Amino acid sequence: MSWQAYLAVGIGSGIGSALRYGVSLVSLAAFGGYFPWGTLLVNVLGSGVIGWVAATASRFPNAKLAHWQPLLVAGFCGGFTTFSLFSLETLHLIQQGLSGLALLYIFVSLPLWLLAAWLGERIALSRL
Amino acid sequence: MGHGIASMLLVALGGALGGMSRYAVSNLMAHLLGKTFPWGTLLVNASGAFIAGGLLGYYGVPTTQPLWLFAIAGLLGGYTTVSSFSLQTIELWQSGQALRAALNIAATLLLGMVMVTLGWLLAMGLLL
Repeated sequence: MSWQAYLAVGIGSGIGSALRYGVSLVSLAAFGGYFPWGTLLVNVLGSGVIGWVAATASRFPNAKLAHWQPLLVAGFCGGFTTFSLFSLETLHLIQQGLSGLALLYIFVSLPLWLLAAWLGERIALSRL
Repeated sequence: MGHGIASMLLVALGGALGGMSRYAVSNLMAHLLGKTFPWGTLLVNASGAFIAGGLLGYYGVPTTQPLWLFAIAGLLGGYTTVSSFSLQTIELWQSGQALRAALNIAATLLLGMVMVTLGWLLAMGLLL
């Protein structure tokens, strides 16, 4: 665990977090604050990207992409997606008396996250 | 616009620090408990949800104040992750460990909701 790996994770996570914040601002402006579309979108997209990168890196272990894995996977995808905001938004929906919407948020998010990661893998493996 | 860039930088700085903390915790947990189960991701997400709930109880609903941007959107957003959770869950499932995959899903969702609520209750002084 070299300091270079930590630096790469920090840079990737910083960029991913800033981009996530940008997505949340845009989705707030576009869809309003009733449902946390922004968080749902970044978590699904990030899951898809991590699946794609992991499958591609394991398929071509000597390629450049494998070298960039700390920056892309633990860094960018980790910073871009967020679990704390997901749980915070769920709690906040419940506190507003919108328990049904909170349940919907959980049970729409989970399958979409997993499906996106799986699809990312499939897309990476189906090439060539 | 200058304000927008300052906000982005605050989120990026928090996200970089949060991502490096997540990397340190996952490495430590993999070292201590092995890699047969994604303990590290579970721990960062549960602890991140707890802190997020605490901040919600202490400071109220998320705003665009610098503290929220740095601590919630940045630090905690970068510290917790959904992408690794998705990847690790489908990897468990694909390696024939459906039970471990299901346990990871149940533990993550359950702990996430329990911890965010617990953090909120503690901060509101409703416990202890």
